[in-house]
Amino acid sequence: MGTTQSGILAGRLPLAEYEKNFSDLHPPLDKHEALVAADRCYFCHDAPCMTACPTSIDIPLFVRQIATGNPIGSAKTIFDQNILGGMCARVCPTETLCEQACVRNTAEERPVEIGRLQRYATDTAMRENKQFYARAASSGRRIAIVGAGPAGLACAHRLAVKGHEVVIYDAREKSGGLNEYGIAAYKSVDDFAQKEVDYVLSIGGIEVRHGQALGRDFSLADLAEQFDAVFLGLGLAGVNALRIEGENAEGVDDAVDFIAALRQSKTKVDIPVGRRVVVLGGGMTAIDAAVQAKLLGAEEVTICYRRGKEHMNASEFEQDLAASKGVTIRHWLQPKRIAVKDGKVAGIELEYTTLADGKLTPTGETGIIAADQIFKAIGQTFESFGLGALQMEGGRIVVDAEGRTSLARVWAGGDCVLGGEDLTVSAVAMGRDAAESINRAFAAEAPLASAVA
Amino acid sequence: MADLRNNFVGIKSPNPFWLASAPPTDKAYNVERAFKAGWGGVVWKTLGEEGPPVVNVNGPRYGAIWGADRRLLGFNNIELITDRDLYVNLREMKQVKMNWPDRALIASIMVPCVEDAWKAILPLVEETGADGIELNFGCPHGMSERGMGSAVGQVPEYIEMVVRWCKQYTRMPVITKLTPNITDIRKPARAAKAGGTDAVSLINTINSITAVDLDTFSPEPSIDGRGSHGGYCGPAVKPIALNMVAEIARDPETYGLPISGIGGITTWRDAAEFIALGAGNVQVCTAAMTYGFKIVQEMITGLSDWMDAKGHRTLDDIRGRAVPNVTDWQYLNLNYVTKAQIDQDACIKCGRCHIACEDTSHQAITQFVNGVRHFEVIEEECVGCNLCVNVCPVENCITMVPLAAGTLDKRTGKPVDPNYANWTTHPNNPMAREAAE
Repeated sequence: MGTTQSGILAGRLPLAEYEKNFSDLHPPLDKHEALVAADRCYFCHDAPCMTACPTSIDIPLFVRQIATGNPIGSAKTIFDQNILGGMCARVCPTETLCEQACVRNTAEERPVEIGRLQRYATDTAMRENKQFYARAASSGRRIAIVGAGPAGLACAHRLAVKGHEVVIYDAREKSGGLNEYGIAAYKSVDDFAQKEVDYVLSIGGIEVRHGQALGRDFSLADLAEQFDAVFLGLGLAGVNALRIEGENAEGVDDAVDFIAALRQSKTKVDIPVGRRVVVLGGGMTAIDAAVQAKLLGAEEVTICYRRGKEHMNASEFEQDLAASKGVTIRHWLQPKRIAVKDGKVAGIELEYTTLADGKLTPTGETGIIAADQIFKAIGQTFESFGLGALQMEGGRIVVDAEGRTSLARVWAGGDCVLGGEDLTVSAVAMGRDAAESINRAFAAEAPLASAVA
Repeated sequence: MADLRNNFVGIKSPNPFWLASAPPTDKAYNVERAFKAGWGGVVWKTLGEEGPPVVNVNGPRYGAIWGADRRLLGFNNIELITDRDLYVNLREMKQVKMNWPDRALIASIMVPCVEDAWKAILPLVEETGADGIELNFGCPHGMSERGMGSAVGQVPEYIEMVVRWCKQYTRMPVITKLTPNITDIRKPARAAKAGGTDAVSLINTINSITAVDLDTFSPEPSIDGRGSHGGYCGPAVKPIALNMVAEIARDPETYGLPISGIGGITTWRDAAEFIALGAGNVQVCTAAMTYGFKIVQEMITGLSDWMDAKGHRTLDDIRGRAVPNVTDWQYLNLNYVTKAQIDQDACIKCGRCHIACEDTSHQAITQFVNGVRHFEVIEEECVGCNLCVNVCPVENCITMVPLAAGTLDKRTGKPVDPNYANWTTHPNNPMAREAAE
């Protein structure tokens, strides 16, 4: 049936539409498609795609392994560098990473489909439950990891490979971090995030404790006392506020909550959405919220971004995706006031902006967009509770190239550190590299008495 | 418009593209379709002697190797000569020739190496109105185990003997088809000529196993878990065929002997190359078996358009034009110096030229210049080997540029000598003698 009534309502669409709308954005390649796609790779030397990958996956090698009928070997090539290669194959903005660097672009403006090939290989191995790694003999070392997101999981896996024992603390009910809660539903269907977590943890030696929040249930000092090392992969738990009139009205929501609710809903039928939706922001979160609002049956969805198209953090591909789903993207508009009627959102007044001497400046001209729901996607913030004397800068944890913080035996990585890139794949790289750094630090210390015996 | 009409040892066809004796020419149905598509002639699938028909395997009879995107590069078969009754074939040949008088129809023949067998079949073939015969001394599988096909083609004395019988018992032109499964192709060609053959055709297929099934460890094509070598053909064999054609074309003993070129011809360009190396016409099989008979239309238009562009009016204008340029290594000009040059606008920066040169050749291509990924030829190291040209995925991105006489070769530090000089007079040659040319 469905409805076009105003207000924030669930069940705007006929049942069948939900399944269609939230199916896989990039369906997996079948074997033939994978072979054809893999044949296009030139097996470049010192390949630009590999350099462009934050985890430095040996892309020419894994693609050649697919082309020669060895998808399992291909998956190992991927996992050696990136144990979350399955999720990265789905969510990486490949158009700005490996595929942008592909030399095929130069001649044909059409790169090798690296992301989809990576998914083909990793799906094949995970479907067959191929386990490539075994734990080294127990080192007797114990490491605490805070945050079971991409950085924490990558760190934990690498530490487990080295024979260390890991305990992961996570404030939420499920592991995966943004992979579980922060990604548009159509990018990771069939509960893939949880399957991947299970696949990663199956190496053993990793215990996950859910519902455990840093600063509430324990402090960094507690962990430092109980463990040989600590890795902080905290992510960004807070969201920026608008600080304008009407922000507290019913119908003004955080985009991240909306995205998380969608991911946790099996059918999406139960997720309410406005008839006219305005999304504030210019990043991936804004796109993910806007597109999914549209897919839930919102009649009008408008993204309002206070700067120009060229300043948007969302990739060109994501912007095009939004446009193809019927989302309107408007630029040079910043929120001024939320119009409220009977305690509920009725619209939003926006003010045009311009760049004056390189500085964003309101022009004084305003306009109103009628809306019954407004999503805030204007950036996330790091919530630093229970971190003690840890050195911070710009609201993020300061780390060196190996992920070492200002405190001895404390490492950090992912979005919570200064220079974090808001990318799953970058978080994986930082977690993995921190694990190597931790391992080196242990090796440099005197061996444990128990290990000597 | 270029004139593609072909006259090969008196056999006329509207174009030089014949279908080789093979599955596509096994019966009237196929041959009629081929002529409708535009083929200039066919060599009918090889006829055997009268009697119980030949028996083929009932499992896979073809194997292949592929390139990127599963393009068929090489093909082999273990099929024998026609497995249809001799008289059915003869009847159909006669009818087809009547239906298509302007097309060439050649009968391929393989009978035991005894005079009576040849004496018996030749009048039957002649009666069909066929334009000529081709002696199948080439098939390397199955029939060769019974003393026919390549078993004959590998013994020059047998070739000469059988050709002589054929010339004796028929008025039809005789084309002797040669096997490449020998050491020196000139020997069987000379023997055929000595026997009086009107022409040779080559190459027949090459002994081959295309693959091994790694689950069953059976060679491919696999018949119930076992395999036998088959005859290899298709694009992959073209270079072997071109060389053998050239060897016969430039051999003083067979010079001028008409040649029907066969071996991996897939495009008009391949055909033109065979003709340039001395072939009077060409025969095609694998390309037709891969893409169907329509490909002849690309061959005809391509050859004609190229001839028009170059001002060649007839096939005689191009035939053999490359033959004088085929020589022995010892006569190659050692004062000819080339250097690779990379067109930076065309370069896609795959790095393959660099790694090929760096790992396997002369360390003559940069990877970085001023810290930036940049591929450039280091002339001081470049020996002009052409490896980079061959591995580059972009056509014409890397070219070999000859150094003009007098310019400095940075590798040797010497100016390029304007004079031709070859190994025969080179000071490093212990056998050095006065230049032969």
